Amino acid sequence: MSLELKGITKSFGSLVANDSIDLLVNDGEILAILGENGAGKSTLMNIVYGLLKPDSGEIRVNGEVITINEPSDALAAGIGMVHQHFMLIPVFTVLENIVLGHEATSKFGKLDLTKAREKLLALAADFGFHIDPDALIENLPVGVQQRVEILKALMYDAKILILDEPTAVLTPQETDELLEVVKRLRSQGTSIIFISHKLREVKALADRISVIRRGKVVGSAEPSASQEELASLMVGREVNLAPDKTAHEIKEVILKVDGLTVSDPSGRGLVKDVSFEVRGGEVLAIAGVQGNGQSELAQAIINLEDHVHGSISLGGKEIKGLSVHQSLHEGIAFIPESREDDGLIATFSIADNLILDTHREKPFAKGISLSPRAVVADAELKAKEFDIRAQSVKDPASSLSGGNKQKVVLARELSRPVQLLVASQPTRGLDVGSIEFVHERILAERDAGRAVLLFSTELDEVLALADRIAVMYAGKILAIVDSNVSREKLGLLMAGVAE
Amino acid sequence: MKRIVDRILGSALLPALSFILAFIISGFVIAFSDSKVLKLASSPGKFISTALSTVGNAYLALFQGSIYDPNLAHGHGFLQGLYPLSETIVTATPLILTGLAVALAFQSGLFNIGAQGQFIFGAIAASYVGFHFAYTPVLHVLLALLAGVVSAALWGGVVGLLKAKTGAHEVIVTIMMNYIAGFFILWILKTTTFLRHGRIDPIAPEVVPSSHLPHLAGANFRLHAGILIALAAAYFVWWLLNRTTIGFQFRAVGANASAAKTAGISVGYVTVATMALCGALAGLGGAVHVLGSEYALTADIAGNFGFDAITVALLGRAKPLGTVFAALLFGALRTGGRTMQANTTTPLDIVLVIQALIVLFIAAPTLVRFIFRIKNLKTQDAMTSKGWNG
Amino acid sequence: MLSLKSFTATQRRQIGLLTVLLVIAIFEFASFGLNNSHNDPTTFGFTLGNEWVLIHKWVIGSQNGAYLFSLLAVIGAVGGLFLIRGKKSPAAGTAIAGVALMMGFLCWAAAGKFIPLTGMLQGSLLLAVPLVFGSMSGLLCERSGVINIAIEGQLLAGAFASGVVASLTHKTTWGLLVAPLAGALISLLLATFAIKFSVDQVILGFVLNVLVIGLTDFLYKKLLIPYQSTWNSGPSFSHIEIPLLGKLPILGPIFFNQTIIVYLMYLIVSLITYSLFKTKWGLRTRSVGEHPTAADSVGIDVNKLRFRNVLIAGLVSGLGGAYFTIGSVGSFGKEMTAGAGFIALAALIFGKWTPMGAVSAALLFGFADNLQGTLSIIGVSIPSEFMLMIPYVATIIAVSGLVGRVRAPKADGIHYSRGGSH
Repeated sequence: MSLELKGITKSFGSLVANDSIDLLVNDGEILAILGENGAGKSTLMNIVYGLLKPDSGEIRVNGEVITINEPSDALAAGIGMVHQHFMLIPVFTVLENIVLGHEATSKFGKLDLTKAREKLLALAADFGFHIDPDALIENLPVGVQQRVEILKALMYDAKILILDEPTAVLTPQETDELLEVVKRLRSQGTSIIFISHKLREVKALADRISVIRRGKVVGSAEPSASQEELASLMVGREVNLAPDKTAHEIKEVILKVDGLTVSDPSGRGLVKDVSFEVRGGEVLAIAGVQGNGQSELAQAIINLEDHVHGSISLGGKEIKGLSVHQSLHEGIAFIPESREDDGLIATFSIADNLILDTHREKPFAKGISLSPRAVVADAELKAKEFDIRAQSVKDPASSLSGGNKQKVVLARELSRPVQLLVASQPTRGLDVGSIEFVHERILAERDAGRAVLLFSTELDEVLALADRIAVMYAGKILAIVDSNVSREKLGLLMAGVAE
Repeated sequence: MKRIVDRILGSALLPALSFILAFIISGFVIAFSDSKVLKLASSPGKFISTALSTVGNAYLALFQGSIYDPNLAHGHGFLQGLYPLSETIVTATPLILTGLAVALAFQSGLFNIGAQGQFIFGAIAASYVGFHFAYTPVLHVLLALLAGVVSAALWGGVVGLLKAKTGAHEVIVTIMMNYIAGFFILWILKTTTFLRHGRIDPIAPEVVPSSHLPHLAGANFRLHAGILIALAAAYFVWWLLNRTTIGFQFRAVGANASAAKTAGISVGYVTVATMALCGALAGLGGAVHVLGSEYALTADIAGNFGFDAITVALLGRAKPLGTVFAALLFGALRTGGRTMQANTTTPLDIVLVIQALIVLFIAAPTLVRFIFRIKNLKTQDAMTSKGWNG
Repeated sequence: MLSLKSFTATQRRQIGLLTVLLVIAIFEFASFGLNNSHNDPTTFGFTLGNEWVLIHKWVIGSQNGAYLFSLLAVIGAVGGLFLIRGKKSPAAGTAIAGVALMMGFLCWAAAGKFIPLTGMLQGSLLLAVPLVFGSMSGLLCERSGVINIAIEGQLLAGAFASGVVASLTHKTTWGLLVAPLAGALISLLLATFAIKFSVDQVILGFVLNVLVIGLTDFLYKKLLIPYQSTWNSGPSFSHIEIPLLGKLPILGPIFFNQTIIVYLMYLIVSLITYSLFKTKWGLRTRSVGEHPTAADSVGIDVNKLRFRNVLIAGLVSGLGGAYFTIGSVGSFGKEMTAGAGFIALAALIFGKWTPMGAVSAALLFGFADNLQGTLSIIGVSIPSEFMLMIPYVATIIAVSGLVGRVRAPKADGIHYSRGGSH
């Protein structure tokens, strides 16, 4: 089946997310849509899938205009989607998730799962997937969850399959397997829209590439185009894919983590017996697929986790068991994984966000009395230093773009005396310009002799910034390797294969 | 100056429109439940005029009973006519304090339904110090107030502690603790310490005069110094929230607990401190009510003050000044409602309906906007309680 | 010796609970048994009406009873611990220990007196009836993601409407038909404001309760008191004895000699339990309560389903409200639900948002309430206020995680709109 989009436009307030977009996917073809974060790819796909309504434009399937108001319309038209954030209910079984929305019933409205079970098992066998239909989703690894998502779309005969950033949560090996599955689907006649900002995958998979920038289709490219060409088309200017990393001097040990274990309230281990050191003037990157204990490890270092055993020492001083406030003031700057949830208070002003950590100190406070004037004055200085672009520092943080929000977090965290910078996924969801700014800032901290602990799931980022790389898998650090390690080796480690 | 006026008008528009809608709907309830009106259903003209006069009389009595009554002024001077206003303020005084107890919690992201129980504990402790001891006048009042504040702060603090340590949702815990407090006061009024000598109905001895709050407008009016305490408390809450590091932390946790925690603010401390302070405020309400106007603890001492507090805080949008105005308004409705019930055939309870409707409309600005066809109705931050898991 | 670490969190909590029961049993043995100088006979009555008689009454010395039952409780608790060691569910042990502790307490508390055991259990069931209806209403709402604090208002509306209509028409049937509609009317407000106008659901539920209390109080004073003979003197249902079942000793009078409202309760609870876990509607309902975006992505109209379920919930609790009037005394009393809606909410939470859990909790709360009544009638010297606190204290203990981690449906109370929350 072919799918054609004509003049799709969608605005949110003053922001034009999609500006008269035209796209065509032919029968049995893989169209890659390349674009950086915030370019409008997901908005477009949510329109095709009926989750958003376009302001104008039309959608044609096999040349005929169809109306899609609801996901059910898209499903009926043979359009399936594997969402970036899985649409699976954690407390349901695989089979229950598969039948949801397409339930067969016997008498008294009783659910009848027998047919669906047979079809699911046949389909899974067809693709060589091992899937237990009665396993609870929450107990499955993300790679398997994604297979359930794909099977869910195929169960109901999707002839056009949209994959939205499907590799974000996968290891390099799982990514390769996914690419094989997608190619197989194409060979069976499924048309595929593959959305990504990862040049390598797009090149490996696509029949054709369309590039979206700031809500517009800015061009198309052949898969044979070089990575640099694709990158500059995506960003709109020359891009330096690898930041300049100068030679530097490695100093004494600043952070020493020894036998660290973190568990959830029910006693299940999330981080298991982890030990490593970070020295002044070096970046230690913790690589790994999302959900292997990195978040918990990062949070444990500033004592944000509850059930922790082992030792954390900073500059020779044991800091485990301190409060978060004390940990930060021992000299740790902390960039949390989620800016929106943990980094900023959206309804607070930029100025107030800049003193979340230091509001009890001079010149902001005398005793318990707070001086709003001092807060604003200080914020204006920081806004200049970190190039935070806002009308006024009294504006709420929610009015900022993603890049500027991250600059607020950086400005706050790097304004204290710092020995160690812990940065969790510091560029997730940012546009390329902001990514460059953040990378420069991280390297500047390293060059100034501070220790940097970087958590990243992006292999490119890890390789570009790290001096040494530790790979985390299932809560453990499998190996710590030098930064000139091969991608293949890293990929195997991320999949839990340690020689 | 103009900007400030615009701002006040802008933020008062939604409450004002909600107020009007609530009175119109309640008017229908009053008219259509009146047997006189219903009997005239066959002749439309008489029906409408009787309905209007019934509702008009009710609302007039409501006004006269809450602000100014010319009948009272007749022959006694204008000031005596303001007796209802004094009563309104007396009723509003504990309401301001309980309202603040709910408003402050909202600012920290907590929904304190427990003002009722906190009020009860404040009243019990103040009453005990008031009737059991004898000190010099000023000291006695202060000690009685302090006893009320401390015991209610402990009662409220437990909620914060449970939430901080175990994650128990404060809405559920405070609902349950209101009932426990309710049974507790029933029990304590049966004990020999509290039951007034020679009585079998649940009433404690009167507090001794040295523990009374002084009257502000002479012996003819019940207006007492409690209103000054309440206004001071409102100013204190404003200052705490906007001009102190503690208030900064409260608001930070209220707006995004997760980010506050990551930046080193202790959410547990804020939760416990907030609930203890809220308890203290509501307890102060209970103490003031006993020492200023009731003088004796009864099983029904808390009336509806703790529950009205929630509608008061919602109407006042969890802001201290707004809470004061909302408490005065609801205090007026309550006081006027009593006169209305006595002078017309309209029961006091219509006031509850009016209160509920006002808050309902305020919570749904989209609806009010739709009814009045207003495009730019200023709504400000909606108050939310974030569900069970939040 | 097994280390505690080898058990799961759930098992560790079960061990904790059984240990507490064991300690109480030993305490009971010591203070009601050893330290009890009297051995006055405690009499338990088992017959109530014309059911077949197995045993009329049973007499035991209060000290002997305390010995007997505290030992039984020890056996139950220890047995439960062994079951856990054998990786089995300790439910049987816990149940034996709990019931035995209660019996031991009764032997001691009612020394020299008569306890109508069957009557007490029947009374417990009756007190639990509105709680069960209310908690089912909460279940239907909250499983689909809408918090329902307005149960109290729904019950009260149902009670008022059924009482008034039955009085005006002199027919209980009309009252029974109108009660669910009154509850659904409150639900209509709840659903409209929560789903259409995205009003915070906790605040909304609270305000709706105030509204219903205000309206019913107002109309009560304005119409029901002055014109009592027409407006508030409704008939009430009489008991229907189910043939054979109603004759069973002990169980018969408790369960099978009741009014139609109680039988409807059995039906509704069974229907909800079956539907929620076995049908298409149930699967969809649970999905919108857990992850509405996922449900939307497979073509389920989240807000429509929520709206419908909230309305059904109103029908259920409205019907429960009828119990207060035509199900028992006939006439309506001011605020006669007296917080039953909030205890129903507590039962829902105590029962971990499951139908059977909520029903068990409701029965437990009903029992506590009735025990308090029974003991004060026979003149036992425990202040009734403390007995009345039991459901509330139990709920606080439950939500504090001491009994087990209580987890609400994930999307409970969160307004759903597409692209709205992320």
